[in-house]
Amino acid sequence: MSKIGNAIYEIHYMDTLAARNQWVNRIHPLVKFVLTIGYIMTVVSFQKYDVIGLAGMVVYPIAVFMLSELSFWDSIRRLRLVLPLVCFVGILNPFFDKNRVLIAGIQMSAGVLSMITLIMKGVFSVLASYLLIATTSVEKLCYAFRLLHIPKAVVTQFMLTYRYITVLLGEANRITQAYALRAPNQKGVHFKVWGSLAGQLLLRSMDRAEDVYESMLLRGYQGDYRYMQERIALRWQDIVYFVFWAGLIVLFRLCPVILLIGSLTGGIFA
Amino acid sequence: MHMADALVAPAVAGTMYVCSAAAAAYSVKKVRLDADTKKVPVMGIMGAFVFATQMINFTIPGTGSSGHLCGGMLLSALLGPYAGFLTMIGVLLIQCLLFADGGLLALGCNVWNMAFYGCFVGALLIWKPIMKSGMSRMKIIIASVLGCVLTLQLGAFSVSLETLASGITELPFTAFVATMQPIHLAIGFVEGLITAAVLVFVHEARPELLFGASETEQKEGRFSFKKTLVILAVAAALIGGLLSLVASSNPDGLEWSIERITGSAELEAAGGVYQTAGSIQEFTSLLPDYAFKGSESALGTTFSGIVGCLVVVAVCVVACRLFKFFRKKKTV
Repeated sequence: MSKIGNAIYEIHYMDTLAARNQWVNRIHPLVKFVLTIGYIMTVVSFQKYDVIGLAGMVVYPIAVFMLSELSFWDSIRRLRLVLPLVCFVGILNPFFDKNRVLIAGIQMSAGVLSMITLIMKGVFSVLASYLLIATTSVEKLCYAFRLLHIPKAVVTQFMLTYRYITVLLGEANRITQAYALRAPNQKGVHFKVWGSLAGQLLLRSMDRAEDVYESMLLRGYQGDYRYMQERIALRWQDIVYFVFWAGLIVLFRLCPVILLIGSLTGGIFA
Repeated sequence: MHMADALVAPAVAGTMYVCSAAAAAYSVKKVRLDADTKKVPVMGIMGAFVFATQMINFTIPGTGSSGHLCGGMLLSALLGPYAGFLTMIGVLLIQCLLFADGGLLALGCNVWNMAFYGCFVGALLIWKPIMKSGMSRMKIIIASVLGCVLTLQLGAFSVSLETLASGITELPFTAFVATMQPIHLAIGFVEGLITAAVLVFVHEARPELLFGASETEQKEGRFSFKKTLVILAVAAALIGGLLSLVASSNPDGLEWSIERITGSAELEAAGGVYQTAGSIQEFTSLLPDYAFKGSESALGTTFSGIVGCLVVVAVCVVACRLFKFFRKKKTV
């Protein structure tokens, strides 16, 4: 499948995941959004050598993956953009960090630890964002944004962009496919037609914007856009979900839970 | 150039969110969206257009590789700096949420590095002054290439500064900058040429669509060069100050300076409060002084860490299974 075809498939797939009637999908979008931001902030706030402390944060993605019955392997593809960047930044840490540490009897550079934490931070934050968007539709997210008082112009524009991405991606796909059929064995678009190819798409998009606006006017659009059919009420399950996860995230951040459990159970085994 | 969440410290992310939010609030005010309901749908579609066009590979002659379009510069040349900036926020948010390109926490940084420079600097300091006395093919090419190169250089430099302030990489700042800037110089040049090609086409086909093309728009959107320069200088000084504050709180830098002054990397503190605080820190710190110095305790810590991790994961899995089991039972 082409790059554009992949993107269209990914958007439709995420829409399908978010539309499922799972327990986590029904949690209030504001609760999930605030928890995701809080989780990512906590993850990145760990010290660069605190591998064990950071490892405890794996609890949130594991639990949400299981509760929402999402495939973990599907989310792995999303790491393809973040991991190379994180590795590029962290790969030299082992060489530049002069501190020495002893891990399981082997002496190595402390930079190895900072590189591992960096990769863990990258993976955890991407998984948390994935879990948010795979369990919350864009309409619900927009609803949460409005509750956070993000200006309606920004939110509506974001939602319209999202709605029309698949339409314009489809159009871009048809244009590039038609071009590829006329220019076989050629990678990408030749520089002589850079302007006219993308320019045509731009002019068509502008005309489409006119049509969209006129249709919106005919349906009574006056600057206000209703993201959801009805108000989403905050239920007691949402509050319990929020308090539980917020408490657990704070606990794992402030106390060395992993180490305490490890020494306790390790002691029993010994 | 999209920064990932893992590369920013919470303080840096927060500072950049505040800066980007301020620019967004100013843009919302300037665009006067309430008065013109048409602008929002147009912005939405143009955001989708930029997103779609960035997926098209434009072959770079003689290299075999391909380049992409520069969204910020293109949007500001079509919609103006303020509407362009707001549209770019939507594009960046979708890129981060749906394609994991960037991150939710790093969104403030990404908006600043790409949208702010691309739209405000690109449109107000380059596009507008060059187009002041009328548009021409050559002027569009110069403005696009210059705009893309400059805004990408500023963005790349900001990425280096934000990474430095976050204390993420051990790579020296100069080496990081020396890697980032030349790469983005080449990317900026290519992106500038592609953007120029599209804008030249629009200029020939529908010139009225370009920002600053009609006289009325020029009069409405007049914003003096001097004023812009002063605002940018104040913003740069403010952000520079905030970032340097964050950077100087980096423990490595602090320890380095203490070592310069006292000859030792750590300060000896005396007194009950310090001792209590020290013992709490020792209890909670997992890797005191970054090293498992005693080999026995080192092995013990590693062992405890691994066992602890496994137990927590097992508890988590069992708890989730139980939760789902009881929920299913309840629904049956």
